[in-house]
Amino acid sequence: MKRWKTLMQAAPFMLPSIVGMIVFSLLPIVISIVVSLTDWNGLDKLNAQTLGERLCGLENYGAILRSVEFWNVLGHTVYYIVLYIPLVLVMSLFIASILNRNMRGIGVFRVLYYIPVLTSWVAASLIWKWVLSPQYGVINQLLGYLGVRGPEWLTDKFWAMPAIVLASVWKDMGFYGLFLLSGLKAIDTGYYEAAQMDGAGKVRQFFSITLPLLTPSMFFCVIMALINAFQLFPQVQIMTEGGPNGATQVMVERIYTYGFKYFRMGYAAAYSWLLFVIIFVLTLVQMKLQKRWVYYES
Amino acid sequence: MNHSRKKAMQEAFSYLTAILVGVVVIIPFLWMLSTSLKNKGALMQIPIEWIPEEPSLDAYRTVFSRFPLFRAICNSFFITVSYTVVTILSSSMAAFAITKLRFPGADGIFKLYLASMMIPTQVTLIPLFVIMNRLGLINTYPSVILPAMFRAFAVFMLVQQMRAIPNDYMEAARIDGAGIFRIYWKVIMPLTKSAIATLTVTTFMESWNDYLWPLLMLSDKNKMTLTLALNSLNGQYGTEYNLLMAGSLISMLPIVVIYACAQKYFKAGLMSGGVKG
Repeated sequence: MKRWKTLMQAAPFMLPSIVGMIVFSLLPIVISIVVSLTDWNGLDKLNAQTLGERLCGLENYGAILRSVEFWNVLGHTVYYIVLYIPLVLVMSLFIASILNRNMRGIGVFRVLYYIPVLTSWVAASLIWKWVLSPQYGVINQLLGYLGVRGPEWLTDKFWAMPAIVLASVWKDMGFYGLFLLSGLKAIDTGYYEAAQMDGAGKVRQFFSITLPLLTPSMFFCVIMALINAFQLFPQVQIMTEGGPNGATQVMVERIYTYGFKYFRMGYAAAYSWLLFVIIFVLTLVQMKLQKRWVYYES
Repeated sequence: MNHSRKKAMQEAFSYLTAILVGVVVIIPFLWMLSTSLKNKGALMQIPIEWIPEEPSLDAYRTVFSRFPLFRAICNSFFITVSYTVVTILSSSMAAFAITKLRFPGADGIFKLYLASMMIPTQVTLIPLFVIMNRLGLINTYPSVILPAMFRAFAVFMLVQQMRAIPNDYMEAARIDGAGIFRIYWKVIMPLTKSAIATLTVTTFMESWNDYLWPLLMLSDKNKMTLTLALNSLNGQYGTEYNLLMAGSLISMLPIVVIYACAQKYFKAGLMSGGVKG
């Protein structure tokens, strides 16, 4: 009787959230699995009767895994990750240590470094497309001052992905920087005082105290960055549309293209589940690997 | 003497690095500003004009006259505010019920919420499109607002905060004869004020800058948000960068102003993860 009462009490509070979960999460997940097993084009009516004709088993998954394109797309993502993660980690560590010094006027820099994070990817992509313009952009102009002839960036098969990495690092480093800053602030200053007494220099202190004690925060950054890397989309869509010649095609861009340009909903749904599997496995692997390099105080 | 000189050197070096990174961050924005003040001819100058020789506001005028940009600003505000309000209400109500009403199955539901965070949004993209289509909501504001009803991360964050509130507060209010809605609104909500403020600011930012979902839902020019308007400006005037940069600058302003005013809550948000009570 009491159980019933608490349930009735909770019901009005849970209602919006539960309805939302069913309509916008659980139901879509079930539909997504079913659609991924069909060759549905998104336009025909799909109901209990027509579903039978549309079913094609795991054919979509097989077709994706057999296609050269899928492995190329994965390759592009790996290329992005290899360039992006070290760069963004170094830059955000740099930002965090700058902001950690209690200097006068540091608040101004904190706001400044965070502005790219606040900018939408649409605006940021347009800005970077223009900054990277081979003839009229600032980057190649600056390179020109140094006597270097800048590449064609977004229209060059080799340089397009590094260009996207550059824009992404610029946009994200403030976010990870502020995150690492809160990690830095949590380090007990007693460690540094003790190290100073023992005569350890600033560099030694950084590598023996700061870096090990910051690894939990950095681990979190790497996990987030990896997940985001596989979900790379707006910057690619706006800056290159997957070009030139498919050199920057990535998973979400493919899902969008297959689903909403070619109307191959089944194929796109299967693609999205492969994306889930990759992210899931990678996160598990990271969790396992963390024991090797992440240092927990207690 | 020697020591203080060393310290001054160190300080100067710190400022120098801070400024250096600042320059890297700000150059694209200055280039945006400079470009937005140019006319079409000045765009294709070699060497480039760092500062426009004949600055004008023509690009801003053109962008507003050729595109319903003012409408897009209103749309963005309406959608973002609604999305944020729905997120806060729905998530705080759920978090309140899960932590304070202890109804049977609360733990199971919370675990389901956590599990749903594992599924990337791209997986639900196609079926959600199908559902919205069936409901006849495509090209309407609710199609981009209603998904705010279920935001697992927001619930998770608020559950963490509300768990830290001692149940004594509830009991005391109950003895005073307060009803359950009154306790939620007058006791629990004020006690989670700072977490809610943080959630409000970050949700606002996410919704304001959202791209993929609105792109799929809103194709009507009069319903577009600012990011979509900017996207279709790009499609129509892909090479007129003075227009695109003017549009980008306009789209950034509100969110930067909000950040500057509510910085406190951003900072509190980063810290509140570890501080309890």
